Amino acid sequence: MQVSYDDVVRWIRAFAAEIGTNKEQLTELDSAIGDGDHGINMDRGMSAVIGKVDTADQDQDIGALLKTVGMTLVSTVGGAGGPLYGTLFMQMGTALPGKAVIGPDDWTAALDAAVSGVQARGKAEPGDKTMIDALIPARDALKTALVGGASFEDALRRSADAAGQGMRDTIPLVARKGRASYLGERSAGHQDPGATSSHLLLEAAAEAWAA
Amino acid sequence: MKKLINKPEDVVTEELEGIAAAHPDLVRVQYNPNVIIRADAPIQGKVGLVSGGGSGHEPMHGGFVGLGMLDAACPGEVFTSPTPDQMLDATKAVDGGAGVLHIVKNYTGDVMNFEMAAELAGGESIQVEAVVIDDDVAVQDSLYTAGRRGVGATVLAEKICGAAAEAGRSLSEVAELCRKVNANSRSMGMALTSCIVPAAGKPTFELGDDEMEIGIGIHGEPGRERMKVEPSAKIVERLASPIVEDLPFEQGDQVLAFVNGMGGTPLIELYIVYNDLRKFLDGRGITISRNLIGPYITSLEMAGCSITLLKLDDELIQLWDSPVKTAGLRWEA
Repeated sequence: MQVSYDDVVRWIRAFAAEIGTNKEQLTELDSAIGDGDHGINMDRGMSAVIGKVDTADQDQDIGALLKTVGMTLVSTVGGAGGPLYGTLFMQMGTALPGKAVIGPDDWTAALDAAVSGVQARGKAEPGDKTMIDALIPARDALKTALVGGASFEDALRRSADAAGQGMRDTIPLVARKGRASYLGERSAGHQDPGATSSHLLLEAAAEAWAA
Repeated sequence: MKKLINKPEDVVTEELEGIAAAHPDLVRVQYNPNVIIRADAPIQGKVGLVSGGGSGHEPMHGGFVGLGMLDAACPGEVFTSPTPDQMLDATKAVDGGAGVLHIVKNYTGDVMNFEMAAELAGGESIQVEAVVIDDDVAVQDSLYTAGRRGVGATVLAEKICGAAAEAGRSLSEVAELCRKVNANSRSMGMALTSCIVPAAGKPTFELGDDEMEIGIGIHGEPGRERMKVEPSAKIVERLASPIVEDLPFEQGDQVLAFVNGMGGTPLIELYIVYNDLRKFLDGRGITISRNLIGPYITSLEMAGCSITLLKLDDELIQLWDSPVKTAGLRWEA
């Protein structure tokens, strides 16, 4: 299986739809341990992205498309989510220059670049109760599945499931980054909103690219 | 939700239109991306001062754009950090060749967005320095948190650095001064009521009729303790003691005492707080040489106050007394 430019557009649309559907849940999670704007901000950003995707003329260049998505998020989301998701997409775009189709190796490189970029921007380590706690397990599960001979499609599914597990595993964690860190022990018992939206991102890829 | 607004989604734009209409002598407003820019910017040879943050803290920051204070302010959505494209536009608009200082409150979003803006400005060959303000003693500063929040000291830093930039100091000198103001300032706030973010439509947190939150943040973030409301003198002690102990402020020190209203507290109460603060500091041999009393860094309609103390020396006094002409703060020399 290979993923085409149009498949990437379908993934972006699916992610935007997931954010729209889960806006209230993301905002509730963020209200518990943050400042309650993650759902509202991401929805505003992804709505702007959809506007751009509709009019984008990227000559089937997946890298350029993802950079546009990242830049749009940076300039419309604000808060911490803007720079973090903006960096994630921009780094993915940089890892896929001029590609009209991508395969498993490309997607692995893109996820690697996304994780590095988000960590460089947010300076979070695994276990800090952030989106990194969904992204790193997703990347690792993808690699493990591919090395073990799984199909791309199957590897994407396992990657999304690992993101979901990582997201749930943030519940008992004490936050060490972002506004939730001010709560100290009181942040334990709540699922991290950033890890939740990151799970939606990878779930959207697994679903959009399932044959 | 009862508010003097038209539509929640238009709050920031309509506020900016109001500011532009009210103060054309002081500022001009750019929309999409939103920036409030000093009317006569860029000023050749002067260091440009840019700050910004979520809206809802008025008059900070847009009300502090003008002579002797900020050159530009970037208003985000209510309680949401502005974005790097706003900050880049602000930086370009105020760069008079002497570089630009970014004054950043220590919130994860603000810090990351300003970092991206500085990278973008560097790419356009504009010299940028950033100073992060983190004066809130209610928050424990440790490796395991995002660090102390930036609150009242931001107003003082913008005023004092604005005067220094006006006097022709270099970018590195103004940045050093900004770090000095931050290092010598400590703050703590409290709330009697919550605030309502227009887009959310309901109170950010619940507080009983007879309760207060000590150590509140300017976005309604939880503080140190929730307790029954007490007399002003007792509340002042709860706020001022940790402030004085933290720096520490000592007998013989001269300070600027800033009693700030959170947005929903009348001036009569702020003067009562100031009077109690004066007595508290008198008892410790600390002299108030300058003061600032009023709503300057607010949290929408939250009732409550914050106290900021800044240890003064002759340099800071002279810069504080220098003329300022903005919508939110103005005096002659």
